[in-house]
Amino acid sequence: MAPEDQAPARRSTLSRRGLLRGGGAVAAAGLSVAALKLPFFSVAGAAQDPATCRATDLSERERRLVISNWTGYIDPRRNPRGTYNTFQDTTGITVEYNDDVNDNAEFYAKVRNQLGSCEPIDRDMIVLTDWMAARMIGLGWIQPLERERVPRLHENLIDSLRGKAWDPDRTYSAPWQSGLTGIAYNAAYVDEVGSFSELLTRSDLKGRITLLTEMRDTMGFMLKVVGAEPEDFTEDEWYDAIDALNRAVSDGQLRQFAGNNYLQQLANGDIVACEAWSGDVIQAQYDNPDIKFVVPEEGLSLWSDNMLVPNLATHQANAEAWIDYYYEPEVAARLAAWVNYICPVEGAREAMEQVDASLVDNPLIFPDEEFLADTWDFMPLDDRQSQQYEGDWSDATVG
Amino acid sequence: MTQAAQAVPETATLAAEPSGSRRRRGRTGYLLMLPATLWLLLFFVVPFYSLVATSLFDASGSDFRGYEMTYAWGNYVDVVEAYWQPFLRSLWYAALATGICLVLGYVLAYAIAFKAGRWKWLLLVLVIAPFFTSFLVRTLSWQLILSDEGFVVDALQFLRVLGPDDRLLATPVAVVAGLAYNFLPFMVLPLFASLDKIDPRLVEASSDLYAHPFVGFWKVTWPLSLPGVVSGTLLTFIPAAGDYINAEFLGSTNQRVIGNVIQGQFIDANNSPVAAALSVLLMVLIVAMVLVYVRRAGTEELL
Repeated sequence: MAPEDQAPARRSTLSRRGLLRGGGAVAAAGLSVAALKLPFFSVAGAAQDPATCRATDLSERERRLVISNWTGYIDPRRNPRGTYNTFQDTTGITVEYNDDVNDNAEFYAKVRNQLGSCEPIDRDMIVLTDWMAARMIGLGWIQPLERERVPRLHENLIDSLRGKAWDPDRTYSAPWQSGLTGIAYNAAYVDEVGSFSELLTRSDLKGRITLLTEMRDTMGFMLKVVGAEPEDFTEDEWYDAIDALNRAVSDGQLRQFAGNNYLQQLANGDIVACEAWSGDVIQAQYDNPDIKFVVPEEGLSLWSDNMLVPNLATHQANAEAWIDYYYEPEVAARLAAWVNYICPVEGAREAMEQVDASLVDNPLIFPDEEFLADTWDFMPLDDRQSQQYEGDWSDATVG
Repeated sequence: MTQAAQAVPETATLAAEPSGSRRRRGRTGYLLMLPATLWLLLFFVVPFYSLVATSLFDASGSDFRGYEMTYAWGNYVDVVEAYWQPFLRSLWYAALATGICLVLGYVLAYAIAFKAGRWKWLLLVLVIAPFFTSFLVRTLSWQLILSDEGFVVDALQFLRVLGPDDRLLATPVAVVAGLAYNFLPFMVLPLFASLDKIDPRLVEASSDLYAHPFVGFWKVTWPLSLPGVVSGTLLTFIPAAGDYINAEFLGSTNQRVIGNVIQGQFIDANNSPVAAALSVLLMVLIVAMVLVYVRRAGTEELL
């Protein structure tokens, strides 16, 4: 290449670089001036008052409803006689059903900015697990349900789900499905895994187990393993449990923390045992009978996913119609026959005889009092505790 | 800024045009830059500013109580103390993956540029083809390929490369392999662009001067391909250092990288000041490393 050719090219790159440098300097200067006084400095608390942060209900005029629920949590919507289409046909309400909830914390992060500053999230109903429902109700992001528009909820809700500390009268929340957390294993590869401590110590399981990413599920069991009660534990006990978890991670006993993807790995043998949700396991058993659910010696964790109406929802009455509809025993039985989680509706067991008689005596769908005696709930955490414990949990699971 | 303003009239005088159109041409330059500047301002400067501000909030705040701006520089010290391991792991995995990509990518790009003949464009399309599927789907498929009961592990166990209880999935090998696979096209394309421009007569000339083919490669082809090497390694290393999908899907809990920590802090622990401090630190670290690298390579003009 001749030097004459090069010279102009080089000059033009220099000036381009000079321009960038100049621009950078201006930006930096602007930034430091702006840094003295500008937005984003201090973020106010995200708490809202549901009494003031609400929208006019357009349910009468607009016969529609927008729902966000977890994946695989309803009977097939294509079925013209399924619960979903029957609701649309009988009420004339068009339901826009999204399965965009994958994880409580993730969904929270998604709506935090809107709900925290009283802006709409364009959904009339969201379905979240107990602790997240409790947090959102505490933040004032959830509208109370009109009692007379959901009579069946108050009539038919099973006893074990009544009187929760965070919503004693079910003013804000209605359980969609309830479930149990226990152990699943693949009988094609290993013998029965009877307890959580076995899961964490047995050498033939090394590197071939997963635990769930939901802190309250996994830490409930870890607390049990170190001899504490998840319903009421001290800070020392919490750190014992975290240490036990860290040991399982550093020993390589644990392969991963899994969200929704553990069943596929369990079926193809990458993992041979795991902490699991009851309904998932029952669904997987239809394809692979080797997958078994065990009630661990430590007991079971009982939770429910709750229907909530967020602030500024514009179709609250339609959402309440949906809740009331799903608390009809016959509808609840048809839903439970498909999703296989614990049905929160009294009377659904009798209705199930018509729908699928083989499920009537399944304790994982219709548990009796005796079965539920061994279950626990995670202790409610205050703001500072949850900040601290969720930080510890994140450190333990991320390494 | 001033240098740029001077440079424009210089080139313009060469054409000796009337002063009116000269000024218009000067303005055109700025007008053309306007969209990109606005874009950067809106989608880089403002978010970056917010990120830096968030990293200085009091980390003990919460959504209930809000976050106080306390210029908590201590956040940076805390995160380095707590998370230096995943930081180093990220850089190490990214460096390994970049090294693998460079070796594989150079051979591939060389073959495409000089040896492929009429198959050149087809091969290039094949290099880009994986981009037609989503990044996530491609990474998830590796879970199937490297699965404990899959054919890769079976074959390696048969050959005694792996012991009967060894595995590939959920190991550092799988994470680095995933990174190298996912970012290979970013290495191949710039390398190909550089290699393809090389005049083959220069290599012929070197052999006319009795240079051994290796020497010819080392003295002619390699230096001329350096711009591709530099931009290829940068394009691979930078995203690989920040990537956490491969560690998430192909690694175990002991292979988590800094991206996983940032996500965990932001979403699970709900601690945005710590997440922001980690992000700023990662950004600064990468920029510093890139600057040192570019200086050392002496390739400022090459870029």
